[in-house]
Amino acid sequence: MRVPILKQYDYLVASIQSVLSDEDLLLLRDDLTERVGQYRSKGVIIDVTVLDLVDSFATRTLRAIAHMLKLRGAETVIVGIQPEVAFAMVQLGLTLEGVGTALDLEEGLAYLKQPLKGNLRHAR
Amino acid sequence: MPDETHVAIASATDIVTARQKGRALAIEMGFESVEATLIAAAISEVSRNIVEYANRGEIILRASRNGARHGLCVVARDEGPGIPDVAQALQYGYSTRRGFGVGLPGAKLLMDEFDIISKVGKGTTITMRKWLD
Repeated sequence: MRVPILKQYDYLVASIQSVLSDEDLLLLRDDLTERVGQYRSKGVIIDVTVLDLVDSFATRTLRAIAHMLKLRGAETVIVGIQPEVAFAMVQLGLTLEGVGTALDLEEGLAYLKQPLKGNLRHAR
Repeated sequence: MPDETHVAIASATDIVTARQKGRALAIEMGFESVEATLIAAAISEVSRNIVEYANRGEIILRASRNGARHGLCVVARDEGPGIPDVAQALQYGYSTRRGFGVGLPGAKLLMDEFDIISKVGKGTTITMRKWLD
């Protein structure tokens, strides 16, 4: 199922609605990379609240999405990772290193709105 | 509840089906939700291995018993190319492809028992169990 992507001012919000197959995730990657250019977005929120599992493939793809969007000039924040999902990820040794994360949509927006965050990141 | 559930694995969509059935069976058997998630994660990793390396195979889910202990048994079976060096494949961070090298070693970490039999040119069978406390 294709993930709907909403435009909110300078940001894009991709709200995952159901469990995703590998192909759906790759489709999301392609859609986001294109939309970020189309809407000249500065930030992208990917809401994974409904996901009951983030396995190695999903982690790898989310990281790839964030890195690709960064190259397109947009910051990514993943929001809504559930406690059990986080637990399983840690057990598997999976990390979202270099990718922004926040508790929920509201915190995700606040994260993206921090001034100069992108620049500071680059400076590091 | 049937004695065994077979899930044919031939595409990425089947990975989702297998792990959802695994989770449902785990919950039905009395596993905590967190443990059911770990089982689902392990199923996801071994199923993906089938899709990536063997193209097709199957996941078999069943209740397992060892004396007074009850648990869930997951068998992942394929007739793919087999794994030439099982020890290396179970090494965390080792991957012959684009992966993290987390799949098989990750699944092993998540379960209580993990056994792998692989013959080059014949296929691979992974049997893993998680026990109810």
